[in-house]
Amino acid sequence: MSMATPIVTPVEREDYLNKEYGVASWLLTTDHKRIALLYLISITFFFFIGGFFALLIRLELLTPAGDLVQADTYNKLFTMHGQVMVFFFLIPSIPAVLGNFLIPMMIGAKDLAFPRINLLSWYLYIIAGIMMLHCILTGGVDTGWTFYTPFSTAFSNTKVIEAGLAIFVSGFSSILTGLNFVVTIHRMRAPGMTWSRLPLFVWSHYATSIIQILGTPVIAITLVLVVAERALHLGIFDPKLGGDPLLFQHLFWFYSHPAVYIMILPSMGVVSEVIACFSRKRIFGYHFVALSSLAIAVFGFLVWAHHMFVAGISVYAALVFSLLSYSVAVPSAVKVFNWTATLYKGSIHYDAPMLYAFGFLGLFTMGGLTGLFLAALGIDVHVTDTYFVVAHFHYIMVGGALMGYLGGLHFWWPKISGRLYPEGWARLAALIVFVGFNLTFFPQFILGYVGMPRRYYQYPGEFQVLNVMSTAGATVLGIGYLLPMIYFLWSMRYGKPAPDNPWKAAGLEWQTQSPPTTFNFEKEPVVTWEAYNYDEIDTGHKEEVKVVG
Amino acid sequence: MSDHAKSSPLKSYFGVWIALLVGTYLTYAVAKLDLGPYNAAVALIIATTKALLVALFFMHLKGASEKLLKVVVISTIFFLFILVALSMADYATRWYS
Amino acid sequence: MSDSQATAQTSVHEDLHSPALLHHFATEEQQRNASSFGMWIFLGTEVMFFGGLFVSYLIYRLWYFGDFGAASKSIDAGLGATNTAVLICSSLTVVLAIWGAQIANRKLMIGSLILTMLFGLAFLGIKGKEYKDKFEEHHVPGASFSFEKVPIPGHPDQYANPRHAQIFFALYFVMTGLHALHMVVGLGIFTWLLIMAWKGRFTPEYHTPLEIGGLYWHFVDIIWIYLFPLLYLIDRHP
Repeated sequence: MSMATPIVTPVEREDYLNKEYGVASWLLTTDHKRIALLYLISITFFFFIGGFFALLIRLELLTPAGDLVQADTYNKLFTMHGQVMVFFFLIPSIPAVLGNFLIPMMIGAKDLAFPRINLLSWYLYIIAGIMMLHCILTGGVDTGWTFYTPFSTAFSNTKVIEAGLAIFVSGFSSILTGLNFVVTIHRMRAPGMTWSRLPLFVWSHYATSIIQILGTPVIAITLVLVVAERALHLGIFDPKLGGDPLLFQHLFWFYSHPAVYIMILPSMGVVSEVIACFSRKRIFGYHFVALSSLAIAVFGFLVWAHHMFVAGISVYAALVFSLLSYSVAVPSAVKVFNWTATLYKGSIHYDAPMLYAFGFLGLFTMGGLTGLFLAALGIDVHVTDTYFVVAHFHYIMVGGALMGYLGGLHFWWPKISGRLYPEGWARLAALIVFVGFNLTFFPQFILGYVGMPRRYYQYPGEFQVLNVMSTAGATVLGIGYLLPMIYFLWSMRYGKPAPDNPWKAAGLEWQTQSPPTTFNFEKEPVVTWEAYNYDEIDTGHKEEVKVVG
Repeated sequence: MSDHAKSSPLKSYFGVWIALLVGTYLTYAVAKLDLGPYNAAVALIIATTKALLVALFFMHLKGASEKLLKVVVISTIFFLFILVALSMADYATRWYS
Repeated sequence: MSDSQATAQTSVHEDLHSPALLHHFATEEQQRNASSFGMWIFLGTEVMFFGGLFVSYLIYRLWYFGDFGAASKSIDAGLGATNTAVLICSSLTVVLAIWGAQIANRKLMIGSLILTMLFGLAFLGIKGKEYKDKFEEHHVPGASFSFEKVPIPGHPDQYANPRHAQIFFALYFVMTGLHALHMVVGLGIFTWLLIMAWKGRFTPEYHTPLEIGGLYWHFVDIIWIYLFPLLYLIDRHP
């Protein structure tokens, strides 16, 4: 800067962060963007808790003997790792943070349809979280995150009721978020924002919301039955009374299988946005990708008993569910092909969000293909309840969902915070996450294949090398996760102020200020262009539609 | 859900009310007859008719300006049906118990 | 979705619209449609919620038809039928309350709301009597459950299996109990609606809370319409 330039204090623009200060303005907010940040802080907290349990698990598994913790304690570790990660991190993650923040802006609305219900969702999540924390701190649960009966109802000596109730409450948080999104997407779109112009991020959240609305109530009633049976000795799942433990499993998995699509669909939405932006191209086969989200939501409800192949269901039912499970892979494959076709002849940029998207593509594909292995009855008999299954779902949930979440956080961070994160560190972190992830979980495919069961705290000596690799990988992965937490926080104070559209991305959210004002748009936008109009953006043919005053 | 006064829905309201009460009485009376496996079918048919009357007329689903509401109802019933049908794929073929 | 009038209305002032219009909506119609759509979706979740119970019931009824028949016969179908009629009448009074709002007939609206609540209380009272009877007969599942030497309907020489009967009663209490809980919530909602109506908040142009509360109440009625034959009338022929 030349010495002659006077120092001008930039006028601080009003945005949703500085509009009001004070705890009450945050805890009583109805601004979807503030609620998104409240969620961001809460789920990050639970991510640490779930991660802490994972750390203890991997430490125990460094040695073949069960020498770090007792067997009962180990049961609690993997149970609570699963419950916390699934219900308190993954299921809310992208919808509650990125979905809440972005969907109104992406469709040109001022807020969600029901802002106060949005806040209620967060409070329900917090209440559930406190219940879960209390349960963990006063002894925890050891039934596995799957709560199978009759162990959970009649034999476990741990806090099943409290954990069940906590998850019940968190389920209502999830239902209300899904309800809010569906009504918003149907009723609050700006003029000209037709269904065919919606960002694929919105389509995927619409599909996710359908699953949340239809599936979550079933696990809610299942948990009610488990709690009632345990507290009042009702005996619906008790074989001694003629009850059927498999009934619990049918009801449980009717939700919990679609739940995995709740966890992956939003991430797929992020990947669509990121790949389009960093290839500077419209997503190939937009309508196929949009409809495949809906197909995944619908087909996802048809396959639940593939978790029960060896539990005692009839062979005929096993055949039906195996066949249906193959069908659900098709729409996912459609997406992967379309993303790949988008990359073809695109102008690829390797910014951090794109690195996460690439990671997603490869790892989700591996996770998905190994899911097909498991859908084949013959293979499943051999690898069910082994580390093969553990590796499969971690490839999807961590290699897929979590990478999409991180990629999305990076992509929209300038919009959310008004600051740029340090790109160099971000790329490094993405690489560390990718390497750490594969080192952690690829050995687990092999472990499962050669026979190491899941949920065991000791194992034969010949499995140790692979377990040590896995624990080493987990350490690397942990570092990879810590880095963004550090530099995101750092950027809020010291990061470069972000322009309104640092990526020159398509989408109405980028037409707002960074960070946006409380009501997002000064004037309601009128949409006259197609989604992903990167050709217009890059050649400057599109008139800059100023929707910010 | 239009808010201009309807020409008189009162007739349809009272008509549906009578029909529901008659349906209830029928359910109770038919249960006393021995129709074998058809007892359950008849009871459920009457119950479904009553539910439809409530939904279409009391909940104003008939003539609702948005078709969307009917989509919500139909999809919900469809997924409930999936839960029942695919569970029965297991239970109906177990050949024991 | 919003037409061009919506853009003109974005710089809206309070005197141009009802105070009930929330600012993130462009028009009152949009708000009303959104509220009603939201309630229907919520009712969809409730269908799935009760649905899990109906599925459990279905499976055990198929497995233990005789035992379920015996257990079902021991609950009072007369009281069940009366309760069904009570709820049907309450649904009528709900639509009359909304009609009262639509034609600005305050007496009709408030009177119908009060009647609805009275019917709801009657329902809960009758339910309470049923539960009391079950408690006295030791039909409540748990340590003091007893269902000895009860003949299976149609097979007077066979006794029902008490363990299977206990499953019936477990489902009976959970299903009707959950339903009763929803009734209590409904009474709470209608108390609030009554207060709002009393204060004159509802007009022919704006009575959305009444409509939405009504939808919830009708849904609770529909659940009972299914519960009655399934629980009370399994095998009642002589």
